[in-house]
Amino acid sequence: MKVVVCTKQTPSTTAVFSVENGHVNWEDPGGKPNVVNPWDEYAIEQAIQIQEEHGGDAIALSMGTEESKEALKTCLAMGCTEAILIADEAFQGSDTLGTARVLAAAIAKMEDVQIALFGKQAIDGDTGQTPVQVAVKLGWTPLTFVSGIKELNPDEGTITVERLLPGGKETVIAKLPVVISVVKELNDPRYPSFMGIRKANRATIPTWTAADLAIESGTAGASASKVDWSNVSELPPRDTEVEIIEADTVQEQARILVDRLFEEKVI
Amino acid sequence: MLDFSLTDEQISAAEMVREFAEKEVYPTIGEYDRKQEMNPAVLPRMGELGILGINIPVRYGGQGFDYVTLGLVCEELERVDSTLRVVMSVHMGLNSMGLLQWGTEEQKHHFLAPQARGEKIAAFGLTEPGAGSDVAALRSTARRDGDDYIINGEKMWISLATKADHILWFAKTDPDAEPAHKSITAFMVEADMPGVTSGDIHGKLGVRAGSTGWVNCKDVRVPAFNRIGHEGEGFKIAMSCLDNGRYTVGSGATGLIRASLEASIKYAQERETFGEPIAQHQLIQQKLAYMQQWYDAARLLYLRAGWMKNEGIRNTRETSVAKWYATDMSFQAAHEAVQVHGAYGYSDEYDVERFLRNSRGAIIYEGTSEIHQLMQAGYALGWRRDKPLRCELPAYDPEYWQAEA
Repeated sequence: MKVVVCTKQTPSTTAVFSVENGHVNWEDPGGKPNVVNPWDEYAIEQAIQIQEEHGGDAIALSMGTEESKEALKTCLAMGCTEAILIADEAFQGSDTLGTARVLAAAIAKMEDVQIALFGKQAIDGDTGQTPVQVAVKLGWTPLTFVSGIKELNPDEGTITVERLLPGGKETVIAKLPVVISVVKELNDPRYPSFMGIRKANRATIPTWTAADLAIESGTAGASASKVDWSNVSELPPRDTEVEIIEADTVQEQARILVDRLFEEKVI
Repeated sequence: MLDFSLTDEQISAAEMVREFAEKEVYPTIGEYDRKQEMNPAVLPRMGELGILGINIPVRYGGQGFDYVTLGLVCEELERVDSTLRVVMSVHMGLNSMGLLQWGTEEQKHHFLAPQARGEKIAAFGLTEPGAGSDVAALRSTARRDGDDYIINGEKMWISLATKADHILWFAKTDPDAEPAHKSITAFMVEADMPGVTSGDIHGKLGVRAGSTGWVNCKDVRVPAFNRIGHEGEGFKIAMSCLDNGRYTVGSGATGLIRASLEASIKYAQERETFGEPIAQHQLIQQKLAYMQQWYDAARLLYLRAGWMKNEGIRNTRETSVAKWYATDMSFQAAHEAVQVHGAYGYSDEYDVERFLRNSRGAIIYEGTSEIHQLMQAGYALGWRRDKPLRCELPAYDPEYWQAEA
């Protein structure tokens, strides 16, 4: 079975952001400024588990700059069997649809992929659109917010998953191939292993370009993007006031608090 | 040419260990510290993840990383809690690396490989109720009896006393020998051998989430196969084990300085007095500046020792100065960190209280600061020179280390 896990290198969860002259910068004084998108870790773990159980390949795929190789190395160190970087100046500034076009083309180029896994969203853009857009571009079934894989039957070509929705859980049976986006309830991602770290640092990660994927100009990158990042500004800081409610009893404090919340139309 | 850079492999390995310590140990460390118990998941997880065999060659069950990585790992572990690094000091520095240096090929396969895989936990039995810095005064005995030795004696202040399967035990084969240290011999005592008993000590100032205790041998029959090195070679073995144990203590204490610095930077920017964050006050800044200086110097000292180990250069003096400096300064840094935190630093609500208690022990164990001062003075005066050993710690050879066999 061939499984692909798509990952994005994002700012670390502890990064400190600043905006200057319309551009956003970030750094992390305690560690690396960029990491594997935390939601993707669950997808990577699942790809490795499927590979361990059913054999075949667990291929990590990332679209980004040369720096994204770091994220791909983490995937290899965790246990992915292969990693591919998609990098081309023409892809820079892509919105989610442009990204989806490129990822779909790369997945199609790999041939015989049965499952493409994603984290439910990336912590930077936070849209959660890319997995579904990739599914549409490939013509595969999208299974979003997956919290459990109940059965995977490569012979029958079916998969049964559990989806975590606001109202509860839903069990879905779909025919392969599928695109899956996962939530953190799915599994417990492993750490990179020491042997994996060594393997990852010695691995050659191939780079695929627009030419390799036959992506026509104007269908990805900044020119095709509906999102404009050319001028980023910081949100104005919120004015907040702290009010300590004082009263003789807790009950009285609670009564005043409820009245104040009504007044402010919070409840 | 000097090169201060670390390899991607070294950095990634340290990051992995940091993630483990932060995610799996930190959340409950306060609770276990207060209970004076070791988190039962720690040793199995460190074994599973390969941390217990990080710098042992793959052919002996290890992960094949170098000695510098061991130092980085210890720094990350002690940044979260000293008890984690203590595991590395006794299991790896004082026992496994002793086997790597002095064990026969058969002993490496029999004892070292299961230790490196984390299947067996290792400890170091040198200190006795009446013998600490004065090693030659130890009273444990080992009497030859056919193909075996009969061991009697008691060891005290032994880290992992009740958790260890293999204890590197130092005993005298001739209690009347002169000079006394020349009859010390090393044995691998196995905890399940009849006559071995152990217990934990409670009421310690620090490292409360770890196991420290006593081990007693009463007429314990140990096969001659378990003797490490020759008869009478035990003192040299103990000292070379300390060259490695002290390296883990020094690099770990460097992590404790970093932890104190990080906690102080965070608190100094949050806590306000006189209408501004205390980081604005120059005397607080001075404390942060010193902690940074201590951290940088301690790190450079241990990395130098690690580099020398990689190169196969004798490093007794350099390791000693790294251990002495880092442990003294980790106590100082924790003390200043408590001061930065004010009254809150005095309660276990904040980590710095634990840092201060944990830092104190390392100024005593694996050579008190006074012993290290005597050593440094001895080298400076030319009274002390390191003679070549029959078995030296092997230099790090990536090809040999990483090959399956």
